[in-house]
Amino acid sequence: MQQRTPIEEQIDLPFVESLRISFQSLKIRFGRSIITTAGITLGIAFLVSVWTNNEIGVALQESGRQTTINTFEETTEQGISTKDIWLIVMSLIVCVVGIANSMLMAVTERFREIGTMKCLGALDGFVVRLFLLESGFQGFSGALIGALIGTLGAVLLGLKDYGLDLFFYFPLLPAQPENGPMQLGVIIVILLGCILGMILAVIGSSFPAWRAAKLPPAEAMRTEV
Amino acid sequence: MNDIVVKTEDVVKEYRMGSNILRALDGINIEIERGEYISLMGPSGSGKSTLFNMIGALDRPTEGQVYIDGQNMSQLSQRQIAAFRCHRVGYIFQSYNLLHVRSAHGNVTLPMIFAGISEKERNQKAEKLLDMVGLGDRMYHLPDELSGGQRQRVAIARALANDPSIVLADEPTANLDTITGREIIDLIKRLNTEQGVTVISATHDLKMLDVSDRIVDIRDGLVERIRNRDEIEIEVGEVGGEGE
Ligand SMILES: Nc1ncnc2c1ncn2[C@@H]1O[C@H](COP(=O)(O)OP(=O)(O)OP(=O)(O)O)[C@@H](O)[C@H]1O
Ligand SMILES: [Mg+2]
Repeated sequence: MQQRTPIEEQIDLPFVESLRISFQSLKIRFGRSIITTAGITLGIAFLVSVWTNNEIGVALQESGRQTTINTFEETTEQGISTKDIWLIVMSLIVCVVGIANSMLMAVTERFREIGTMKCLGALDGFVVRLFLLESGFQGFSGALIGALIGTLGAVLLGLKDYGLDLFFYFPLLPAQPENGPMQLGVIIVILLGCILGMILAVIGSSFPAWRAAKLPPAEAMRTEV
Repeated sequence: MNDIVVKTEDVVKEYRMGSNILRALDGINIEIERGEYISLMGPSGSGKSTLFNMIGALDRPTEGQVYIDGQNMSQLSQRQIAAFRCHRVGYIFQSYNLLHVRSAHGNVTLPMIFAGISEKERNQKAEKLLDMVGLGDRMYHLPDELSGGQRQRVAIARALANDPSIVLADEPTANLDTITGREIIDLIKRLNTEQGVTVISATHDLKMLDVSDRIVDIRDGLVERIRNRDEIEIEVGEVGGEGE
């Protein structure tokens, strides 16, 4: 049997090329991208609204202002009620599960695309990087919108409970009251929401993408969606 | 002529489904010469696609070896396999498998992007290839905006992007009407005769018979018989150009 030139090693793609491919993919699948992103937006909006609402409650309590609605019976000396902790934890779980689910679905319906790209010479690492970029962008933009919506919601709720006093004592920046817990402030909450949304989206998509990329292309292309 | 491009040695492929083991390939031995047009024929479920996947390094055999250009495929690294798929083989599928987020042009350039070819060069090449398959006026259409026959032409152009020495086609005409199927077969045959590309095609399509140099009949994961062109022509006369 005749020996031809030996088979070379596949090269890595330049980063800009990956970036271009991922943005083009987001652009063309705009409708679908929006739905996936909306999942992230909702999760983060919920989390941030609950969290900010809590920050507002604590800040106005610190200020000595009593809420018009008397819901603070179970309030501890620290100012955070177990009910509020419970709410924040629940919203965090809802957010994690919701985002992981929408990313998982978005990747699963693209198994065939992953298999096809591998047929054309894509390295496993390229496939993962592509999903990392796409989901990172989706995660950040979705979470930012969600965080803003959530803050707006919390502000409206606060207005209902405290009236215009809300704006005098609005916990925008981190604060450390003498006899209370550290307050993060709304800006930090928004920022944390964005980071969390992005991290969750990236993990939620690159883990299934990595698993799909490891599959032999024949296997990946068999999946019918 | 004794230039073997593809050689399989006792290739076995088993699929495990729970406690059941399904032997899709049961020891396949074939040798394919450079420049041949080979058709794999056989009933549904006989193992054609499975063999196609083994030859194209789209899956690994359970036992046995596949040699391409004298290279034992099981000894290649991940990077070498990616490069092999990128440069040596062009794949054509029954369901086209175009990336629906990329235009016809974008689909054809992708394997060249993976190969590290400059933007200018790959644009020129894509235009040339799409012209060749008769889609010069549809280059920037998305696959969803093209007919089945046009999509398969894009797939063919894409398969040729990095000048592969082997084109693997798994039932390329199965989703097409008789006339469009005929055109696709003629196009693939032209690559074979004009550019010397080795073509290996799985098919049920009897139209494929009269362009094939050899026909490998697969049954129950085994090579049942191999027929040469001269033996085929008589039979084609008998079936009288019957379509799908
Ligand atoms: N990933 C898989 N998992 C389990 N069984 C499989 C898998 N792929 C193929 N098979 C089985 O292996 C056998 C051969 O399948 P294959 O797809 O190779 O047939 P084929 O000759 O291409 O058929 P067709 O003409 O219908 O395309 C079939 O019985 C099929 O059910
Ligand atoms: Mg098949």
